[in-house]
Amino acid sequence: MRHRATLTAGGALVVLVLAAALLSLVWTPYDPMHVDAAHRLAAPGGGHLLGTDQFGRDVASRLMTGARTTVFVGVVAVGFAVFLGVPAGIAAGMSDGALGALVMRVGDFLLAFPALLLAIMLAAVYGTSTLTAMTAIGIASAPGFARVSRAATLRVMAAEYIDAARLARRSRTAIAWRHVLPNIRDVVIVQVSVAFATAVLAEAALSYLGLGTPPPTPSWGRMLLDSQELLFSEPELCLWPGLAVAAAVLGLNLFGDGLRDRFDPTLEGVR
Amino acid sequence: MRLLLRKLASLLTSAVIASFVVFAFLAVLPGDPAEVALGTNATPDAVAALRHEFGTDRPLVTQYLDWAQGLLHGDFGTSYVTHDLIGPRITDRFGVTCWLALGGMLVAVLLALPAGVLAAAWHRKAAGALLSALSQAGIAIPAFLAGILLVYVFAVRAGALPAGGYTPLAEDPGEWARHLVLPCLSLGLVQGAVLTRYVRSAVLTVLHQDFLRTARAKGRRRRAALWRHGLPNAAVPVLTVLGLQLSTLLVGAVVVERVFVVPGLGDLLLQGVADRDLLLVQGVVIVLVVAVLVVNVVTDLLYHLLDPRLRSR
Repeated sequence: MRHRATLTAGGALVVLVLAAALLSLVWTPYDPMHVDAAHRLAAPGGGHLLGTDQFGRDVASRLMTGARTTVFVGVVAVGFAVFLGVPAGIAAGMSDGALGALVMRVGDFLLAFPALLLAIMLAAVYGTSTLTAMTAIGIASAPGFARVSRAATLRVMAAEYIDAARLARRSRTAIAWRHVLPNIRDVVIVQVSVAFATAVLAEAALSYLGLGTPPPTPSWGRMLLDSQELLFSEPELCLWPGLAVAAAVLGLNLFGDGLRDRFDPTLEGVR
Repeated sequence: MRLLLRKLASLLTSAVIASFVVFAFLAVLPGDPAEVALGTNATPDAVAALRHEFGTDRPLVTQYLDWAQGLLHGDFGTSYVTHDLIGPRITDRFGVTCWLALGGMLVAVLLALPAGVLAAAWHRKAAGALLSALSQAGIAIPAFLAGILLVYVFAVRAGALPAGGYTPLAEDPGEWARHLVLPCLSLGLVQGAVLTRYVRSAVLTVLHQDFLRTARAKGRRRRAALWRHGLPNAAVPVLTVLGLQLSTLLVGAVVVERVFVVPGLGDLLLQGVADRDLLLVQGVVIVLVVAVLVVNVVTDLLYHLLDPRLRSR
């Protein structure tokens, strides 16, 4: 029963962020990059729902566009990680021995290079851009996918229908595609939710450090950096992007937990 | 003993591969440090001379071996940008980052152990659900955001603690501690929230084990059974997470240092990126990566020491 509430609350937050991101493609209250010296640091309410920043830019519009940046980085980075990690995990789980060990070793090794370090190295070489941030987050998230899909594949491979498929002379690729992938789908979906939350956190941290999406494109991390200068006089400017990051991550985590409980009710309450 | 040797061997291999990866990665850089240093108006001869001075005209393999050999002696080379030795700059900063990570860990453990155990023991009560909800919310807050909020509450509003900066321990222990409180709290609160969930689930798993029922059947009270038999068994999985978290904290310190203007490794690293000082970036990254690898191996060894069931393997 509990997973319903978790799933609904998490889903609602995720939908809210997605809706803001999608809506920002066609409409925002103001131009998020329009500098308006006459209306600097306007209070919330009035013409501007959440007020304006030190350059007179509309905070609500920037938050919406920031949501777009977050979602974009998350989708590309997690997609990249799924593309790298899931096939590697399935291959490792289906072949016993050397390949499996190799994939796991590479994964363990990659864990020593957290997203942040990778992104800093990429930024040092190629300069800061959304692309370097996405690549770094994607590579850093891939071992997680390899790990969970290998574990799930090992479980699937013990099933009788795999023996049956083997006896029917199905090729390994066919078994992977027809039998393994559909049966590990749930695990991968839960991991997508977890990895997406991590990606949102990493993107915010990177753009806060000035290593993510370069200005003037709005991003939540950058908004936090800009507002930190005004912490003494205009503290509420920190509040909105901070809340946005927290809401997105909380939503994704709750959604992932809810999904996990739904797919595997025996785990409920244990986690 | 054999396990120790095997782990050390794997640590060494990983460290060598890591140094290779880091070097290869930064060696593919399109720009030439000599050209960058001299600017666009340099004559080809001057560039060639400087290239020779830097040693970047040699084959990459020689450059790598030279760099790696230097690392073993603690020699990180001389910066192309600031022309001073990188090694001492890194060792100066490493201590600061270690203090941050250890302080963060302390906060996390002090917070998570009681909170996690209580959340598990009360898992059917409202208080347990509340603790779980709080930890869930804590996980969603990145450390740098927690830092900004803490600065607002304790530095801006209360004026009780400094908003940033750093005083070395040797200079003034009191000021040193005052400057570390907020950075360590912001690292530790978030990691503590993550850790709480692991502690809770480890204790919950133990609560359902047969040996705990046996202890209860022998007449031990619930709390006594949990202390005597439950918690030691729950400690093993928690320890593994703790090791992983220490490495997260080392890297997380990079971001938190920016919030509080603490002169640690992260600050140095970002400065290196801004100056495109590749040798500096290379040096700091390899130090952080090796630190993470060492922490992982130590955790692994402790794990085997603590769990007798794993010893025979």
